[in-house]
Amino acid sequence: MSPTPPSRVGGNTITFGDNVNTDVIIPGRYLVSIDPAELATHAFEPLGPEVQKQLQASQIVVAGRNFGCGSAREQAASCLIGAGVKAVVAVSFSRVFFRNAINTGLVAVECPQAVEALAAAGGEGDMWVDYDEGSVEVAGGTFGFAPYPQGLREILQDGGLIPHLMRTQEGATS
Amino acid sequence: MTATSSAVGTAGATGATRPPRTFAQKAIERASGESGLVPGQIVDAYPDLYMSHTASWRCIRTLERMGTDRLYDPDRVAMVMDHISPAMNAKTAADHQLCRQFADRMGIKNFFDVNAGIAHIVLMENGLVRPGQFIIGTDSHSTIYGALGAFGTGVGFSEITAAWVTGKLWVKVPESVRIEIDGELPPGSYAKDVMLKLIGDLGADGLTYCSAEFTGSYVTSRSVSERMTFCNLAMEMGAKNAYVAPDAVTRAYLGDEAGVPEDGYEVLLPDEGAVYRDTVRLDGSALTPQIAVPHTVDNVVGVDEVKGTKLDQVFIGSCANAKYDDLAIAAEVLAGHKVAPGVRLVVTPASSTVMAKASSTGVLATLIEAGAMITNAGCGACAGNGGAMADGEATLSTANRNFQGRMGSYESRIYLGSPATAAASAITGVITNPAEVLADAAPGAARAAHRPEGAGA
Repeated sequence: MSPTPPSRVGGNTITFGDNVNTDVIIPGRYLVSIDPAELATHAFEPLGPEVQKQLQASQIVVAGRNFGCGSAREQAASCLIGAGVKAVVAVSFSRVFFRNAINTGLVAVECPQAVEALAAAGGEGDMWVDYDEGSVEVAGGTFGFAPYPQGLREILQDGGLIPHLMRTQEGATS
Repeated sequence: MTATSSAVGTAGATGATRPPRTFAQKAIERASGESGLVPGQIVDAYPDLYMSHTASWRCIRTLERMGTDRLYDPDRVAMVMDHISPAMNAKTAADHQLCRQFADRMGIKNFFDVNAGIAHIVLMENGLVRPGQFIIGTDSHSTIYGALGAFGTGVGFSEITAAWVTGKLWVKVPESVRIEIDGELPPGSYAKDVMLKLIGDLGADGLTYCSAEFTGSYVTSRSVSERMTFCNLAMEMGAKNAYVAPDAVTRAYLGDEAGVPEDGYEVLLPDEGAVYRDTVRLDGSALTPQIAVPHTVDNVVGVDEVKGTKLDQVFIGSCANAKYDDLAIAAEVLAGHKVAPGVRLVVTPASSTVMAKASSTGVLATLIEAGAMITNAGCGACAGNGGAMADGEATLSTANRNFQGRMGSYESRIYLGSPATAAASAITGVITNPAEVLADAAPGAARAAHRPEGAGA
């Protein structure tokens, strides 16, 4: 088989319920930092050390409805990147978390069927996401989602909005 | 009314055959220069204003990383040092210093330092928010700008930084939901109760990605301050932006309070026949005071269901409910009473302008005599800066969020209510229906004393 395309990410999962808010993902007291690795040490702190340990060992965050509701703080996405998370697969996202995810280079896809399939399989297991193809593989099944518009795909491919701008602005001026 | 009803978007000129549009469609068409936009489309929009608050230093560091110091338009940049004000340690002081020096170096005129207050309120008071504008801010409650008929929405600090440089951001055209509120509220219920009721009924994601258009006889009879409460809290239902159609009340606020001339803005009104995803109706006359109980904003019950719950702290503050009339309502309830022993009442005015007015009208004196601690204008305890709670403690707050750990210990609890509910509860030390306290007072006299003057308070 050919090497894994950059649009395909996955691995261990950690599962959350509905309405996980930004204050739980990264408490406001830690926003004095913008370093994803430092922020990651405080991710999900209100939920306790066991959750934090599991997060560190996970590549995919799986969630219910309205993941990331609350604050516009971008660190809610970047702390997950700092923890080694490659993608969040949820039933739905809050608007601003979704934007922040794309703009920090974190894959965020709404795929309720994949979330349900994982739950039906006991809630544990690997998950793989291909954002180019628009597919999620989990529990022996493959589930589709509407692929990103081209502009958002380019931002993700460049690793986020700022690297994307740095690349395209360079291109524009050279 | 003819002056406003004839106002339309500027983009395109397809004539009379153009399908009717919502406010959000018009605002994004105006900001993008596109026409014929429909919900779901993604376009580049050029905001009129980019607000950054405490996140400003992160934007500056990001700009440094990009290796540029060229701004698209410094006059569209607004910075307000509100979340950690004044600085609490050397690190946050250095963050503020960075922002001050950057604003100075780049010629950013709209810089408001730690004395100014909460970004949203400060910008509106200073005439930087105008009808029809498209405004982005590094705070989710930027939906509040809809109180003046602007399109306001929250974004991350990378997006603000990008807008500083490119002047634009990608934006999806939202579907719209009409929220019609009619009827007069019974004594003891306020705009905050209306919003808590709606959030409880529709859920924390009930309006995700939607533009919320508030209308109805109750809404149009309200001051700009109360419209701010509607639009601010629409975010807690997931709304992308919120909106109240500009009218005589709006024009009076803009002219009298914000110093904006009538020819300084362009009103955008939704067309008759515009398509809405939904219409939500609420009868205000049946409303009772509402409380959001820990730890989600949509966990809403009538105040009587939790009355008697012991409190350690009451916080009157935040961009939802620390404007002048909010403080006046609290003072009306607290007049002649004392805060219960063992309860801390923290009052944080939304802005220095609010503070000054509350000082000159005697509202502050009433609050202080009752035992309140007045802090400097800003986000204060809502942003976790002062007013923290220990394990096992409970706060009743007028803010817009009751998330776990937001005000100190992860083992503490936040209840959300109106300024009247907060004040009544401060007197008794337990969650209390303000209608009971108001009924004890001489209602006619007390209500007249602090009724907001004119249209905007």
